[in-house]
Amino acid sequence: MTKGRIRARIRRSHLYTFGCLRPQTTEEGGPHPLQLHGPGYSRTVYCNQPLIHEKKSLFYCNNNISTTKYNVLTFLPKALFEQFRRVANIYFLLAACLSASPISPFSPLSMIAPLAFVVGLSMAKEALEDSRRFLQDVKVNNRKVSVHKSNGEFVPRSWQRVMVGDVVKVEKDQFFPADLLLLSSSYEDGICYVETMNLDGETNLKVKRSLEATLSLDNDGAFWDFSGTIHCEDPNPNLYSFVGNFEYERQVYPLDPSQILLRDSKLRNTDYIYGVVIFTGHDSKVMQNSTKSPSKRSTIEKKMDHIIYTLFTVLILISFISSIGFVVKTKFQVPKWWYLQPDNIEYQYDPKKIMLAGMSHLITALILYGYLIPISLYVSIEIVKVLQASFINQDIQMYDEETGTPADARTSNLNEELGQVDTILSDKTGTLTCNQMDFLKCSIAGTSYGVRSSEVELAAAKQMASDMEEQDTESDLSNFPMIKGRVPRQNVRRAEEIELETVVTSKGDEDKRPAIKGFGFEDSRLMNGNWLKDPKADIMLLFFRILSVCHTAIPEVNEETGICTYEAESPDEGAFLVAAREFGFEFFRRTQSTVVVREKFSASGGVVEREYKILNLLDFTSKRKRMSVIVRDEEGNIILFCKGADSIIFDRLSENGKMYLEATTRHLNEYGENGLRTLALAYKRLNEQEYTEWNNEFHKARTAVGTDREALLEEVSDLMERELILIGATAVEDKLQKGVPQCIDKLAQAGLKIWVLTGDKMETAINIGFACSLLRQGMKQICITLDSDAVTNDRLEVVKGNILNQITNAAQMINMEKDPHAAFALIIDGKTLTYALEDDMKHQFLGLAVDCASVICCRVSPKQKALVTRLVKEGTGKTTLAIGDGANDVGMIQEADIGVGISGVEGMQAVMASDFSIAQFRFLERLLVIHGHWCYKRIAQMICYFFYKNIAFGLTIFYFEAFAGFSGQSVYDDWYMILFNVVLTSLPVISLGVFEQDVPSEVCLQFPALYQQGPKNLFFDWYRILGWMGNGLYSSLIIFFLVIIIFYDQAFRINGQTADMAAVGTTMFTCIICAVNCQIALTMSHFTWIQHLFVWGSIATWYLFLLLYGVLPPKYSKTAYQILIEVLAPAPIYWTATLLVTVACILPYLAHISFQRCFNPMDHHIIQEIKYYKKDIEDRHMWTRESSKARQETKIGFTARVEAKIRQLKGRLQKKQSALGVPSPTYT
Amino acid sequence: MSSSGAAGAGSTDSTAARRNTKRPKYSKFTQQELPACKPILTPRAVISAFLLVSVVFVPVGVASLLASRKVVEIVYRYDSKCIPKNVTNKVAYIQSSADKACSITLNVTKHMKSPVYIYYQLDNFYQNHRRYVKSRSDEQLRKRGEENETSTCKPEDMVNGRAIVPCGLIAWSLFNDTYSFSVNKRNLTVNKKGISWKSDRNHKFGKDVFPKNFQNSSIIGGAHLNESIPLREQEDLIVWMRTAALPTFRKLYGKIEEDLKEGELVNVTLNNNYNTYSFNGKKKLVLSTTTWLGGKNDFLGIAYLTVGGLCFFLALAFTIVYFVKPRQLGDPSYLSWNRNPGGH
Repeated sequence: MTKGRIRARIRRSHLYTFGCLRPQTTEEGGPHPLQLHGPGYSRTVYCNQPLIHEKKSLFYCNNNISTTKYNVLTFLPKALFEQFRRVANIYFLLAACLSASPISPFSPLSMIAPLAFVVGLSMAKEALEDSRRFLQDVKVNNRKVSVHKSNGEFVPRSWQRVMVGDVVKVEKDQFFPADLLLLSSSYEDGICYVETMNLDGETNLKVKRSLEATLSLDNDGAFWDFSGTIHCEDPNPNLYSFVGNFEYERQVYPLDPSQILLRDSKLRNTDYIYGVVIFTGHDSKVMQNSTKSPSKRSTIEKKMDHIIYTLFTVLILISFISSIGFVVKTKFQVPKWWYLQPDNIEYQYDPKKIMLAGMSHLITALILYGYLIPISLYVSIEIVKVLQASFINQDIQMYDEETGTPADARTSNLNEELGQVDTILSDKTGTLTCNQMDFLKCSIAGTSYGVRSSEVELAAAKQMASDMEEQDTESDLSNFPMIKGRVPRQNVRRAEEIELETVVTSKGDEDKRPAIKGFGFEDSRLMNGNWLKDPKADIMLLFFRILSVCHTAIPEVNEETGICTYEAESPDEGAFLVAAREFGFEFFRRTQSTVVVREKFSASGGVVEREYKILNLLDFTSKRKRMSVIVRDEEGNIILFCKGADSIIFDRLSENGKMYLEATTRHLNEYGENGLRTLALAYKRLNEQEYTEWNNEFHKARTAVGTDREALLEEVSDLMERELILIGATAVEDKLQKGVPQCIDKLAQAGLKIWVLTGDKMETAINIGFACSLLRQGMKQICITLDSDAVTNDRLEVVKGNILNQITNAAQMINMEKDPHAAFALIIDGKTLTYALEDDMKHQFLGLAVDCASVICCRVSPKQKALVTRLVKEGTGKTTLAIGDGANDVGMIQEADIGVGISGVEGMQAVMASDFSIAQFRFLERLLVIHGHWCYKRIAQMICYFFYKNIAFGLTIFYFEAFAGFSGQSVYDDWYMILFNVVLTSLPVISLGVFEQDVPSEVCLQFPALYQQGPKNLFFDWYRILGWMGNGLYSSLIIFFLVIIIFYDQAFRINGQTADMAAVGTTMFTCIICAVNCQIALTMSHFTWIQHLFVWGSIATWYLFLLLYGVLPPKYSKTAYQILIEVLAPAPIYWTATLLVTVACILPYLAHISFQRCFNPMDHHIIQEIKYYKKDIEDRHMWTRESSKARQETKIGFTARVEAKIRQLKGRLQKKQSALGVPSPTYT
Repeated sequence: MSSSGAAGAGSTDSTAARRNTKRPKYSKFTQQELPACKPILTPRAVISAFLLVSVVFVPVGVASLLASRKVVEIVYRYDSKCIPKNVTNKVAYIQSSADKACSITLNVTKHMKSPVYIYYQLDNFYQNHRRYVKSRSDEQLRKRGEENETSTCKPEDMVNGRAIVPCGLIAWSLFNDTYSFSVNKRNLTVNKKGISWKSDRNHKFGKDVFPKNFQNSSIIGGAHLNESIPLREQEDLIVWMRTAALPTFRKLYGKIEEDLKEGELVNVTLNNNYNTYSFNGKKKLVLSTTTWLGGKNDFLGIAYLTVGGLCFFLALAFTIVYFVKPRQLGDPSYLSWNRNPGGH
């Protein structure tokens, strides 16, 4: 023992250097325990002896987790460091430091106060956000779990106090507190079911199995004197591997991942388990997997940095100009200015030390013109974004009633990025779908059953009905030039015809959705045993038997109700079993070798329990695309039941098995078109001899040793699955989340591209593609795949060449395509993607993907999801949004410009990594199209205005310099300058950033095309930014020179007084305040009382301030003493000058926007006008027509699908008519 | 890390409660549905806005221009005239202690109604230089007790270890030319009371603060002050201490409280003491009447007329263009998808 510990210590020293090494060898299931040595395998755990692990050599980190950025001690230095990483803040800090020296043109207070305010506010925000993370951690750390204390007694203990070596008891539906070694479970054979949703996003249950040696430890008392030692690998992030030995009762057993229960997965279907803690806290695999979420910045903010750099350049430039002016003046003129006593002068003005004076003046100038850089910009933006985020959080229409979760903007610095998204990368399971299947239709013996319509059908029918109606009245067929100018009578007839064909399926009512989960079937012909009356009842019986027998699910009988529920590998299987149950074939028991089904309706009339002996089970693989069972029924007949993809099954039919082939094919196409996922069912009767022969082969193959075992098995299986007899097909609706197709439709119309990245198999992904209308019939599917043989056999170059070939061929095909309506879909699987994402090929791949209307990547790993996201982000340079719900989406969510997590379901990892979380995919529409659109425009306008106002203000200081001998004197009082950014102009611009709405929210939804203003960046392009800067330059010139000339030298009052510096400065400042506030009023298009209050209130505040400041004793108010009451207010010229300057400042902008509005209006202008004149109410028809047109040309989504269908029908009609001899294009 | 919900059975109550608490409260504010006015720039609004501006601005402009025209202003530059012809070194002359009296004659071209304000105007004098502006002590000026508050006044703060009152460069360089006026040999009284701001007299310059050690240092700047008159009554100083914004400025010297008739000749006897020669500054004497607008200021009126005219022109232009190429407001055919169908 002691020896081992010493060794352990030596190994542990390697941990810190080589800890991340992956195991080199995994001799899984090897008969002998692994010899664990070398770096990376040094962990030793003494089971049930947690106290040992408190000592130093074996001390492992505790189970306390922390995801916060700061703690109490590090907060101040770290947060300050974060703040001063911004260039502008460093500049202001330096300026504040220098403000104490005589170089500074301002008083220290006026430099330090705004900086302290700005930095303090940002840090307060950081602290708040971090405290939320802290509380979340505390909640997790304080969860309780039963831990073995001593003497077989288990006591609840909080998670954070769980130690390595502890024996814990986890009960049903609880999370595992740490990585555990499974010792035993409530099941005799030591298995347990685990849901790993939080780890990989998969919802199906996984089976874990304890070692046989520990099976006996199945009650609390058994742990009285339990002890054992685990030697295993060091903490690593590899979720699917584990290497270790378990030394128990002098025996050493090898451990593999199937005995390891990972933290954050959940115990299901098992009453309790016992386990030993191996990895705690940050050592656990899931924590090792978590990466620091990268801090993201929006495009606008990045561009803003460029503007700030530009302004810095301008600042330095004018400072240099100013310094040169100063040097020239000082050198050549100041010696003559006796009133300055040039012989007795401080160094910073001294003409004799001109270099020193020049340098110090440069610093003075840099501080003086600092008003060009808006110090309050960052903090104002931060305030605005927090408020915007709170609006997102409070949006009641993004609140999910079912789960009780509102939307949550977890980071507020990406709000405006939501308005610029170009590509959405979506996870499938849990995001688009609920991962719940509904059995909806079936085709048995050439007859289709099931009257209820799929969601796709319903929506298509609805849309077409409304479209037809519109076209009737409108005759607006500009989209279809070939039928243009037809006589109306024919028009009507055609419409009727189309309606007949399409609306026939829309009888089903949406609100009559199935009461039984997974079963949406409705057809009286099959229900309640009615099928018995059908002449083909025997075939139907077979059909139902296949459903109830051919699967791998485990039944679970609810003891109260007696109803079975099923734990199936895939949700379709679950749906089949539920369907079979509802049809009267209830599968309720499974043993290793039998399946027992209760048949409610039989020819004899009573309830019969039938037991099928499972002889063989030929598993489903994505390559085989089918599964079969060979059973012996109670009569002793051997039957093979097979279900699989239609194309596969159809190839394997016997001659006499093709009886229903034609009808079934037709039905299958129909189902597929309606977005259902289909499987064909077939069977085959075997005779004893035939089976035995085959079974021998099969057994041989199964026991074969070597790499070709799989291939051999497949070959043998293939031999059996031939000469099948087709009996029908099933159609299952992969239940999409509520509103998903509509949301995708709207998003597509808003011009967004949607990529689906899923871990699912290709067929499932394609089916979902159909259901979401990302794919449709008539779309050309480009599948880029690899033969699995090719991968194993060929060399890398050949494989890559093959893929490249496929990509270039597809690209050529797209280029050759003439039909403008042709749409392509790219489907690629994970294996191929590995090669396609390599550096030499990824750009071709991306090029192809961008040309396709929809892209579906299946079987992708979490890492590939992130890689694809990065490729899109970096390759196209557009904004990407990733949305997902599971831990497998975390990489993608962190990689994308915006990560959105679906909350409300159990797993929280995606949410924790995300920037925004919403409860349902459909809220994405509102998040992007309304909030994104608004936030983008608000922030863009706000930043532009910010630069405008600071340029307008900052430059006047510069101009004045030229008139003050470049001495660094400012014409304004220090207080005016402090208040300018912080009080007098901040609230209006914040109200612009928080409350501005170009169009109301419902219009955003009705006119999705408006969203494109964001991705096209119409409001923050350099043209606009420079325009605003130009406006600022113009305003500064107008303000300064008009005021200077008006107050030049003559008396400005009837009493003969002339204006001094205070009067001129105050007038100038009044003009600035009035001009910039009137300017923002012109910029706004939405005035609630808040905007009115802030804008006009700011101007009023200025006068009020001036009044109060003037009333203060002269000690405080200095030159501004009584300036308003005594000096300025009685002078008419003060008021007239203010009016003149204000009007002159805003005149060009007013003329510009009036001109633009009158002659080149943007979309939102027109819509504002329509709303203003209430035309949308008077002319409802125009309104709906325009909103239906207001969308981007898209090839995905419902609308596109319906359009394609209409095109197709019209084409068909035309053919029909021309065949009938009606000369269609001309009048007769 | 992971979810909040290790929710066992029986926690439905708490989840229901949680739902209620998490549900955002509805209010028009949080849902961004506050009633708002959404003014839009219709052509009519634009045209009437421009017209309104011109309607307001043109009369104001005309009124200002008329007011400015009513002002009679006599400006006389005397800095070069008042140097004897034989003096070559003007600076040396001005710094000498010679008698620098000088006589000039101003011609009243137009009737000047009383009060006629007398200004001196300096050019190229940087009263707004940072060093100059800062060189004063308001505390000292206001209170007798704070006489020694001269730290801001450098280099004109102390002389022989005693504080100067008033200290600083501004006071030190006080303008010291003097004028006396006569018409037809009759002296005009120059009222020098009330030329400064009342608040300055009452609150910024103390009634018990008397000049001390002023102009006692080695270099003498400008005017001397009578040490027996409190600062409050030294209005020339008070006026001077209000620093001008620009290097060219006028300061009030006094008022003549009687009309000057057209054609009268005003004889001015002035003492040309102040040194503007070293920095090539000009000195001017200005007599001016005022109106509600102040002194002569054509620019304001012209600017008003220009902006008003421009607005009128813009209104006209918008009207014309609007009639030539009208756009019905809210006409959907201007929407981008209607203007270039297909080609988004």
